[in-house]
Amino acid sequence: MGISVDIQHAFRGFSLDARFEAHAGVTALFGRSGSGKTTLINAIAGVLTPQSGRIVVGDRVLFDRDAGINVPVHKRGIGYVFQEPRLFPHLSVARNLRYGMRFRTSGAAALGFDHVVDLLGLSTLIDRAPAALSGGEKQRVAIGRALLSSPDILLMDEPLAALDAPRKAEILPFLARLRDEVAVPIVYVSHSMGEVARLASHMVMLKDGAVITQGHTEAVLSDPEMVPWVGVRSAGSVLSARLDAQEPDGLSRLAISGGVLYMPKVAGDIGAQVRVRVMAQDVMLSLSEPSDMSALNILRCRVLSIRKGDGPGAIVQLECGTDRLLARVTRRSVARLALDAGSQCYAVLKTVSVGPVDIG
Amino acid sequence: MNFFGPEEWAAIKLSLLVAVWAVAVSLPLGVYVAYVLARKQFWGRQVLNAVVHLPLVLPPVVTGYVLLLWFGRRAPIGEFLENTFGLVLAFRWTGAVLAAAIMAFPLMVRSIRLAIEAVDPKLEQAAETLGASRFYVFATVTLPLIIPGILAGCVLAFAKALGEFGATITFVANIPNKTQTIPSAIYALMQVPGSETATARLVMVSVALSVCALLVSEWMANRMAKKVSG
Repeated sequence: MGISVDIQHAFRGFSLDARFEAHAGVTALFGRSGSGKTTLINAIAGVLTPQSGRIVVGDRVLFDRDAGINVPVHKRGIGYVFQEPRLFPHLSVARNLRYGMRFRTSGAAALGFDHVVDLLGLSTLIDRAPAALSGGEKQRVAIGRALLSSPDILLMDEPLAALDAPRKAEILPFLARLRDEVAVPIVYVSHSMGEVARLASHMVMLKDGAVITQGHTEAVLSDPEMVPWVGVRSAGSVLSARLDAQEPDGLSRLAISGGVLYMPKVAGDIGAQVRVRVMAQDVMLSLSEPSDMSALNILRCRVLSIRKGDGPGAIVQLECGTDRLLARVTRRSVARLALDAGSQCYAVLKTVSVGPVDIG
Repeated sequence: MNFFGPEEWAAIKLSLLVAVWAVAVSLPLGVYVAYVLARKQFWGRQVLNAVVHLPLVLPPVVTGYVLLLWFGRRAPIGEFLENTFGLVLAFRWTGAVLAAAIMAFPLMVRSIRLAIEAVDPKLEQAAETLGASRFYVFATVTLPLIIPGILAGCVLAFAKALGEFGATITFVANIPNKTQTIPSAIYALMQVPGSETATARLVMVSVALSVCALLVSEWMANRMAKKVSG
């Protein structure tokens, strides 16, 4: 099921003019606060009526200004997970979860109650009152409640933003399971590059109410031109890998298109597909293959392009097998190694610099 | 029941009957007006707010006089009600219900409105995204959360209706066994020398009922605070 959004909306000191498409899987709307992400998602939900444009989910037109169509919120067939859980305080967890089930339309592929409870690990919480749950548990219930209304599309507006780091790490695996096991397309609003890199198959970059770029997450994140919008410190590429072996010393061996990566233990079955986020600032470059270095991951690469920043830094885009990597080095290093598009070099990556949050 | 004289007993029963009916009749409209004032933005909202609160600030005798002008047997609304439904208000206990309901209405609306305003609109919005229509959202989310506020409003309105004097005596007079409520009975007894003990009995009943109502309403308010914060 595809989603197509093309809307214009202006209010005090801000105007949004955005067009994007989303498909199965997770599509991330990424941008700084004030870039228009929440306005966009609210327009899809029908909570906000844009001044002009058109919103289509599957074959249903939800909004078309010119045709005078504006489907009310409760008939849009959307699930919305807000920043705050918004659980109904007077209902138990079970009754919160079931709230949207009675409105299901026959057309939507219905998820079973037990399936969702199991997927989100809610079985021990079922009889409790929302007040007795932790922040992370509440948000899991909110996700389950939205899923059980059998939406055609699931909207998530920074569902982890109100949680502390341990709670985020607790929920992320559930979101990854959701992405892999549930066929509902998800539009995920975030300003956290880590979440986007881990979850999203597609991403839409927003700035000042306009779409700067959209496409596969791997392609967008490995584009050096996008680094200023992502921020140099969170710039990095996403590699698709296969879990090959669990080594006896606690490392996991992952196969990528251009070689092998050793990572601190990655949970999962042998053969599972995982995504690895490699930060540009964690990648070192060498002209010859280093042999007497502690770093375990040495990948043979070809330089695709070099983007020199305003300061002393430069972003080198590398091709490694069919994957792309970014390396953040100094302009002086680029000059010293005489790197240029087409140069052969080795990317060196410390195993321990990849944290568990970056894998999934 | 020899403690009270027959007329005193009639006044107590009539007062309770009038207060219960006044609350029952004004409750649906009270919830609706409170919801509109709390949640809707529309032209004339301040006017509606002022009209609802008018009985609180007008001299009760003025309210009673206006009721007489509109709902008397030869007044336009009064005549219509009598011809259509056979309902006579002026100088009947039904008129006492109307007077008490109007005087208690601002207190009821205020209490329910505060309860609605304490409900986070984000909860209602979440319910809508789950597929619930506006009416269903009100019935399953807003209403359960404001029940304590509604009960508190009812208790306050009940107490106010029990004690209503000025508008009642102006609109339905002070006819023993027919329109004489506790306050008008006390007033009547005060005019008669030697009826101090009868007066004292009714005063005590009045005080006891009012204190009970206040305690119940406080208790409800506390429960509401807990429920909404939880």
